[in-house]
Amino acid sequence: MSEPKRGEIERYAPATRINHWIVAIAFVLVALSGLALFHPALFWLTSLFGGGAWTRILHPFLALVMIIAFVLLAAKVWADNFMREDDWTWLERFREVARNREENVPEVGRYNAGQKLVFWLIVICLVLLLLTGIVMWRAYFTAYFPIEFVRFASVVHAISAVVLICGIVVHIYAAIWVKGSIRAMTRGTVTQGWAFKHHRAWLRALNRTAAPPRK
Amino acid sequence: MTNHWVDIKNADVVLIMGGNAAEAHPCGFKWVTEAKAHNKAQLIVVDPRFTRSASVADVYAPIRTGTDIVFLGGLINYLLTNDKIQHEYVRNYTDFTFLVKEDFAFTEGIYSGYNADKRSYDKSSWNYDIGPDGYVRTDPTLADPRTVYQQLKLHYSRYTPEMVERVCGTPKDKVLHIWDLIASTATPTRAMTIMYALGWTQHSIGSQMIRTGAMVQLLLGNIGVPGGGMNALRGHSNIQGLTDLGLMSDLLPGYMSLPKEAEQDYDKYIATRALKPLRPNQLSYWQNYQKFFVSFMKAWWGDAATAENHWAFDYLPKLDKPYDMLQTFELMSQGKVNGYICQGFNPLAAAPNKAKMDGALAKLKFLVIMDPLATETSEFWRNAGPHNDVDPAKIQTEVFRLPTTCFAEEDGSLVNSGRWLQWHWKGAPPPGEAKSDLEIMAGLYVRLRKMYQTDGGAFPDPIVNLSWPYANPASPSAEELAKEYNGKALKDLFDPKDPTKLIHKAGEQLSAFAELRDDGSTSNGCWIFCGSWTQAGNQMARRDNSDPTGIGQTVNWAWAWPANRRIMYNRASCDPAGKPFNPARKLIAWSGTAWTGADVPDFKVDEDPSGGMGPFIMTADGVGHFFARAGMAEGPFPEHYEPFETPLANNPLNPSQPQALNNPAARVFKDDREAFGKASEFPHVATTYRLTEHFHYWTKHSRLNAILQPEQFVEIGAALADELGIANGSKVKVSSNRASITAVAMVTKRIKPLTIEGKPVHTVGIPIHWGFTGVAKPGFLANSLTPAVGDGNSQTPEFKSFLVKVEKA
Amino acid sequence: MALQSLDIVRRSATTLPEPQARGAHTGEVAKLIDVTKCIGCKACQVACMEWNDLRDEIGTCTGHYDNPADLSDQTWTLMRFAEYENPKGDLEWLIRKDGCMHCADPGCLKACPAPGAIVQYANGIVDFHEENCIGCGYCITGCPFNIPRISKKDRKAYKCTLCSDRVSVGLEPACVKTCPTGAIVFGTKDDMKQHAAERIEDLRSRGFEHAGLYDPAGVGGTHVMYVLHHADQPHLYSALPDKPAISAAVGLWKGAAKPLALLAILATALAGFLHYIGIGPNETDERDEEKARRELEKTS
Repeated sequence: MSEPKRGEIERYAPATRINHWIVAIAFVLVALSGLALFHPALFWLTSLFGGGAWTRILHPFLALVMIIAFVLLAAKVWADNFMREDDWTWLERFREVARNREENVPEVGRYNAGQKLVFWLIVICLVLLLLTGIVMWRAYFTAYFPIEFVRFASVVHAISAVVLICGIVVHIYAAIWVKGSIRAMTRGTVTQGWAFKHHRAWLRALNRTAAPPRK
Repeated sequence: MTNHWVDIKNADVVLIMGGNAAEAHPCGFKWVTEAKAHNKAQLIVVDPRFTRSASVADVYAPIRTGTDIVFLGGLINYLLTNDKIQHEYVRNYTDFTFLVKEDFAFTEGIYSGYNADKRSYDKSSWNYDIGPDGYVRTDPTLADPRTVYQQLKLHYSRYTPEMVERVCGTPKDKVLHIWDLIASTATPTRAMTIMYALGWTQHSIGSQMIRTGAMVQLLLGNIGVPGGGMNALRGHSNIQGLTDLGLMSDLLPGYMSLPKEAEQDYDKYIATRALKPLRPNQLSYWQNYQKFFVSFMKAWWGDAATAENHWAFDYLPKLDKPYDMLQTFELMSQGKVNGYICQGFNPLAAAPNKAKMDGALAKLKFLVIMDPLATETSEFWRNAGPHNDVDPAKIQTEVFRLPTTCFAEEDGSLVNSGRWLQWHWKGAPPPGEAKSDLEIMAGLYVRLRKMYQTDGGAFPDPIVNLSWPYANPASPSAEELAKEYNGKALKDLFDPKDPTKLIHKAGEQLSAFAELRDDGSTSNGCWIFCGSWTQAGNQMARRDNSDPTGIGQTVNWAWAWPANRRIMYNRASCDPAGKPFNPARKLIAWSGTAWTGADVPDFKVDEDPSGGMGPFIMTADGVGHFFARAGMAEGPFPEHYEPFETPLANNPLNPSQPQALNNPAARVFKDDREAFGKASEFPHVATTYRLTEHFHYWTKHSRLNAILQPEQFVEIGAALADELGIANGSKVKVSSNRASITAVAMVTKRIKPLTIEGKPVHTVGIPIHWGFTGVAKPGFLANSLTPAVGDGNSQTPEFKSFLVKVEKA
Repeated sequence: MALQSLDIVRRSATTLPEPQARGAHTGEVAKLIDVTKCIGCKACQVACMEWNDLRDEIGTCTGHYDNPADLSDQTWTLMRFAEYENPKGDLEWLIRKDGCMHCADPGCLKACPAPGAIVQYANGIVDFHEENCIGCGYCITGCPFNIPRISKKDRKAYKCTLCSDRVSVGLEPACVKTCPTGAIVFGTKDDMKQHAAERIEDLRSRGFEHAGLYDPAGVGGTHVMYVLHHADQPHLYSALPDKPAISAAVGLWKGAAKPLALLAILATALAGFLHYIGIGPNETDERDEEKARRELEKTS
């Protein structure tokens, strides 16, 4: 990995990026396998996994991969995702943000309030999915739970999954919408301008603590 | 059964007592279900346990095991005092009016003629008052205190509802409710059937329990009528055929009996058995004994049986005593038996007191087992841990195991409880080296005969002269044997009334036992089976189930003994004039010239009813007997005696007579008496029984049955379990004075403590089906616990009542 | 003949109707289990094992007559024994043959995610086609009667087929054929209801005033029905559900949730798309870079 070029800032270290993409790929697989078993119209997706039974077998194991990878990732970004007072103002003025007018919103740190909410949404959904998923994992665990609880867990699992998928759709769209974001997670760097525009507080903080700008 | 399975559907009341038909006879039980569903029948179950039968009963009452005579004796008292009897029936068809001999007496539980040392009775006083004309004296007014009616009333007056509650533990209100229901069948248009099995036979007073039931049925007019009868549910296929063919140690086929040691004289032997009428114009069918006997001897010894040698009478053994199972094993345990052939019999499991059996079998020089299964008996020498803790090194008995076919691997006939002989066909070839019992026995016989022929012997005649006319002497076919049982004409037979009329040419199969002769011109292997394979072919193979009258008389389905008669004593279903008591369920009737109807009349077909011939044609007097004369070992009227292992110190009916505590006429061997336990040490009452999931000790070899009941358990009432701190599903130890077993405790509300003489008595239920061979979980043979004492008449062991102690294991 | 029809009218995990042209004009089938006639002999269990080639483990005695202890992939029907002391103080031994009820509205079929693993025939039988089963166990989650069991060997779900193979050739189910007391009967559902009505009348005459038919409406009725002495208290019979229905959770999970979820996901994606088209990307341009440089110079 080469050093950031002039005018660029490292947003994600290589390990973080790898971690993210493990989570991302696992998520896609888990989501596709889950959706395949959730809605008959999507059952054809089981072909991607070698058929229905393999889909049923792989789904929970892929989910474990995703969860473990996510925990590692979350540990890194945890501290940057607590909501601050400014974040609520940011949210109140989200309409401006949505119209690509960020001038009138409070300066954003490493993550904006939207990112933070998506983060917490993912955390909550994954916790629910993990717990209910264990209850639904027929091969090992279901027999230990009362049937009504299994039924309840099944609904919660489905709802959490849908909410999570929607959240991830938002996450992906945000990356497409805010140009320059994807390279943060692919190449690891953003431009100073990108940082200035979207995460000015973060940039300033970097400037304060960092060594003289790289030439 | 006096009636038959299908006929149960005609019952208005069904009493299951001394049996558990739903459990042990589930297929036959369908007819109880039919009676309930289509005849509004009420089902009554009286049993120490709330059984599977009780689960579908309208009324259930608990009873202490072994006290059924008290319950039924009380019922007799109730019927007599409340005038709930079928008057026309009892007056005309029973010995109600007969006078009893003056010297007959009953004092404190003991009848006249008792010899305490021999434990038996001189029965000469147990008789009717016979007039100089050879006929019984009667009093049609019933006023004479010596009439059977008055004697009966007197005898059972002591059996009050209060006494029933004290002795049986059955709550009085339940008792009266049941009696009332039963009494409802005293009307001519209602019938009750009694279904019983080993819950009555396996007591030291079992035969008398059954007799008490039969007496109730006579009082109610329920014998010989559709939906009535005394119906013994036979537990083995083919145990009915076994008794019919005389496989008891003292019987010959067709309920003829072997001569006793004192009966060396042929004419005397016949004279005691060929009954003479004790009332005018009675058929007294046993008059024909000699015809049955001679034909039988011709079947066995053919040309060697001649008038000159009294039809080979000397070939028959003359018994010094009965050689029943208990006697044989007693002799074996005394070392007096060298060899034993066990054919379809698993005595280590089936005989009482397994420890005694272990010792007895070890004293044999050789033991031959003929069985389709690897029975416990065939492996009695094998140490199977706690379940058979023997030392093989100390057992020298040589054991031969001969695998046999099972019923589905051979042709033949089976006799069901309803006396139907049903032919069956081989369904599959036997596995491995298995051979049929016929082939094994024939092979043995052919070798023995050869040895006697070449080597001679003390008395070779019965062996070498035995008639052995089979196409393949080493393997007679079932057909050949069946034809032999039916019998054939040995000479041309002419009608005795019209000597020009040829009935059968020599060699033809006979049609009916009425054709049997005592001059050696007919042969017959079992007179009651005559008609089963006639010149028209195999009647047992008939499969026409049409029932034209709708009362279940499918007379063209298979063949029933005697004479294809489906309901015995069916003449009694009509009033003295020959009209059916119940026109809605007409069985037979007098047409003016003949008896006809839906059944083969159990009567002389052309006998006008005005002649006064009684319907019970097998008895000397033509009537049903309340007073048993010399027929029973214990006395003419059934009396309650406690089981040999009883929780009580005295017999509540005869408290001051210690001789009347247990059956005074039951044979008890010394060692067996010593092995009895006392209530002080063994406070709980135990009873053994079958479960529907298993058949005896056979089906634990079958995986399907083992799945349904895999592991040995004992049933313990919740109250006893609480008292002893026993949890459901935990292990318990059950001990008698003979052995201990451990099994899973099944704690249940279905067994309740009974209050007997003011004290609680707990019943412990011990299903019998486990042992140390088979695929089910190994268990203890239940007969490790049971006492070796038999019924006073049949010597059937007292498996239903004994004492144990239950503890946490 | 409709009794024999194995036309599939409903398949699990499908979204469009199956062929409906051939209806069950002579009536759908039903098995009627008259608990009041049943003597608990377990012949039905043996017949089931024999006909269907099933052999469960030889288990242990757990202090009950129920053997095997529970339904399994090898035990599709099971007698369950319950001891009940009625208000009069008399004991009743209520013996119920447990097994699939063949609901008109089967929760298993509703819950099953594998197309064609669970089907319902025109005659009403609900059948599992194990070759399509993926072993998820959702059928268990969906079943209001706790019937299907997953095999430990092949991880597929099994249950009573109502002997669909026998019924298809005009035979009654094996358990019906073997039942010695006629407690289990089989025929059209109408005939069975008629038969039950006669039985109930008889039971009422014997003092069972609450005798009745168990054909629970909550699952649209069933193709296995019971005659009960205490139809007002089905739970007495080894926890037979009083008012069985597909659970609300399963209803939501396998009902409204399915289209709503897809809709939500699509709507989110569509919202993004429309935003992109309507407002467009949020780009960083040279001015932002310049501002950033100035910012940097200020701080350094």
